[in-house]
Amino acid sequence: MNTHLKDVKANATRVSRRQVMIGAAGLTFGIALGGAKAALIASERTGQPLSPWVSIGPDGAITIMSAATEMGQGSMTSLPLIIAEELDADWGKVHIVPAPVDEKIYGNPGFGGLMYTAGSNAVTSYYKNLRILGAQVRRVLMDNAAKKLGVPVEELSTEPSFVVHAKSGRKLGYGEIAAFAEVPAQAPEIKPEDLKKPSQFRLITKDVMRAELPKKVNGSARYAIDVQLPGMLYGAVLRAPVEGASPEKLDEPAVMAIKGVVKVVKLPYGVGVVAETPWAAFAGQRAIAAGISWSKEAKGWGFDSDKGLESFAAAARDPKAQVTDWFKLGDVRSEMQQAASTFEAEYRCDYAYHAQMEPLNGVASVSPAGDSAEIWCGTQSQTMASEATAKALGIGREKVTLHDTLLGGGFGRRGPRDMDFLVDAVLLSKAVGKPVKSMWTREDDIHNGRFRPLSAHYLRAGFDASGKLAAWQHRLVGDRVTPFADPVRYEKAGKKDFILMLGADAKGYDVAHQLVEQVYEDTGMRTAPLRGIGFTANKFATETFVDEIAYKLGADPVAYRLDLLSKTPRARNVMARVAQMADWGRKREGLGLGAAYIDYSGTQIATVVEIALDRRSGKIKFHNVWCAIDCGVAVQPDNVIAQTESSIVYGIGLALTERISIKDGAVEQSNFYDYVVARNRDVPPLHVEVIQTENHPTGVGQMATPTITPAVSNAVMALTGVRLRHAPFTEERVRKALG
Amino acid sequence: MVTTFTVNGKTASTDAPSDTPLLWVLREGLKLTGTKFGCGAGLCGACMVHVDGKRAFSCQTQISEVAGKSVITIEGLSSDSSHPVQKAWLAERVPQCGYCQSGQIMSAADLLNHNSKPTREQIVEHMSTNICRCGTYQRIVRAVERAAREA
Repeated sequence: MNTHLKDVKANATRVSRRQVMIGAAGLTFGIALGGAKAALIASERTGQPLSPWVSIGPDGAITIMSAATEMGQGSMTSLPLIIAEELDADWGKVHIVPAPVDEKIYGNPGFGGLMYTAGSNAVTSYYKNLRILGAQVRRVLMDNAAKKLGVPVEELSTEPSFVVHAKSGRKLGYGEIAAFAEVPAQAPEIKPEDLKKPSQFRLITKDVMRAELPKKVNGSARYAIDVQLPGMLYGAVLRAPVEGASPEKLDEPAVMAIKGVVKVVKLPYGVGVVAETPWAAFAGQRAIAAGISWSKEAKGWGFDSDKGLESFAAAARDPKAQVTDWFKLGDVRSEMQQAASTFEAEYRCDYAYHAQMEPLNGVASVSPAGDSAEIWCGTQSQTMASEATAKALGIGREKVTLHDTLLGGGFGRRGPRDMDFLVDAVLLSKAVGKPVKSMWTREDDIHNGRFRPLSAHYLRAGFDASGKLAAWQHRLVGDRVTPFADPVRYEKAGKKDFILMLGADAKGYDVAHQLVEQVYEDTGMRTAPLRGIGFTANKFATETFVDEIAYKLGADPVAYRLDLLSKTPRARNVMARVAQMADWGRKREGLGLGAAYIDYSGTQIATVVEIALDRRSGKIKFHNVWCAIDCGVAVQPDNVIAQTESSIVYGIGLALTERISIKDGAVEQSNFYDYVVARNRDVPPLHVEVIQTENHPTGVGQMATPTITPAVSNAVMALTGVRLRHAPFTEERVRKALG
Repeated sequence: MVTTFTVNGKTASTDAPSDTPLLWVLREGLKLTGTKFGCGAGLCGACMVHVDGKRAFSCQTQISEVAGKSVITIEGLSSDSSHPVQKAWLAERVPQCGYCQSGQIMSAADLLNHNSKPTREQIVEHMSTNICRCGTYQRIVRAVERAAREA
């Protein structure tokens, strides 16, 4: 295609990572975080692309590496900000650069050193080490300044980007120091008392503008789908409807007849088409679909999610089902036998889809010999993207150069071990010997989706003679996730499906005997962690169950939770606060209130929703959502609020409309008309309060999501006396439940 | 067959087939990648541009339909992010992943072009054309209100 725009300059030259490093004369500081123990590993005058965490130029410019990928959660700003805090840097002089792929230096301590951004754990996992690193760099600057000024280092202090000698009124800028400073062979030791006290924070707990935000209002933020390379071709792939099936019969001439199609490429899992333009590639893909047949040996063929869920539910309530114990506290099996009374309930959840706004894609430029590759990718794991590319080409990882870009949403979908969406581009580029941008349509994104699993939950509570909740049992039957999404971490975790199972216990509540059992199921469907992972289904079950117990005991659901939370003060505090925010005790005509509480990886969060219900249509309408969150030190408070608002909205979709169904192994939904996500009009006023505490920071990116579905079920109960047990609460299901 | 039209005040021409979506000509032909591909079906609004002063899904607009017309993309809304909607978007810290925000901003600018003092209900209704999976809706409404106030 020839397309011209007159008088338009070529895109402004982008400063590459390498240029930044070479351009910075001054100090560089590297430190290894991938291992268990932090240690200064590299420091010298720059001029070398050293992959340092921090470099300081003689002009005072401070470059800080961002180890986490940015998908809207703000880590690209928060992690460098933690270093800048202890370094006492002038934030206005800080430049943030994506870190290169080097696990030894940048690996996430929360994921065994992988470069992997997930689980809302970036700030949690890097916080301590980055503070120490920042403090070390500050100490080196102070030691050098002390020498230069001929004063004891004890007489020095810092203010943003200056070392100050108050006695003599002299001060040296960080840039000035960087011009002459020498770095010791051994990193200075930083003791906990050497770090700033929260009252001394200038950046942490204060809001700054997120680094990449200005580019997100003028179209210049770059995502992988925006990458343009000279001579680049376009790829589309038709994947088998069922994982493991491969293409058989194919009408290749019909595809090649389309103008602009360059090549048809048979892949193990589908058929790719490479074309000169995106529309020719998509037309080619449609032509492939019209004339293809698939091998029939794959496990998922014939699977029907409605029938599958029935069989899951039967297994969940079957006391003889083959289970493995996921979590055990005390002795539930004997406590249940001694219980004065018991109570049981069942819940169900459908498959759900990520629906990140940027459809999956990748760009690859494989060398003509196939022995090296450059890749451009919006990925949650730089490690996995590099490894998957190397594996697909059968080359060493060192032959792969990754350029990571911003992600147009992640929510767990951009972090699978096999990087399915990137490998398309790699294999197509290899096949044609040219750079290829391979894009999934929205339909591909859904049909090839990897979902929050289908699950059925059986819960049983045992009470002692005084009516106290003594024993808690949760038998969970769900489609396996971790073995499919990340077999490597599954093995390392001792074959524990943590993505499916987390959140199934009664953490936070004072229940002495708890048992969570898993019935393993593998339907052959594609699954993945989805925002909130196991919590979205499991907390629907457990937090609805707690409500049901309160009703059974004749207790107010909030008062009952506060009672159960008497031994966990931070938990009790968020619950009490949100009840206050919502004015819980006030009855309101035609509206129902429902509450939920979660301990999510240490973050304490409680939510109250206020809803109305149109009985004729079955439509649930949100009127207000209140949420109190204690994530320890809130590094960027407004961003904690933004992430919580975001998590709530995601939860609204999962609670009301979002469902994937499967017939004969294939996904039935196709686009946003039949996979319905929350829009502006579906979202009520959201009232989020961050409770700042001095605890180690914990996650915020997804913590509110799992509170919404149970809170809605609880609110509908309060309003109508009818209990919703199958999420999402589609209008049809609500009508049926109301009778 | 060459189609000629105006993009952000400059003349553009393309020999793409007449049924090619404007979206792809903008993104891959003219390298104006601020306009995003989201659903290809006019359901999400990530591809929103202005055609002759009204918002339009560029994924649903064939290139032949814009012959002789004027197209404004996010890159052309202002040269320096100074459009009141862009300023308000930053002031309210609206974007998260940011992918849908070009489309959101183009929708918001379109609303204010035709109704400088919209009610909250009008804002919510108009902006419900665009999906934001990060759920920035509350901030979007606040930003549109701010832009209307400060424009």
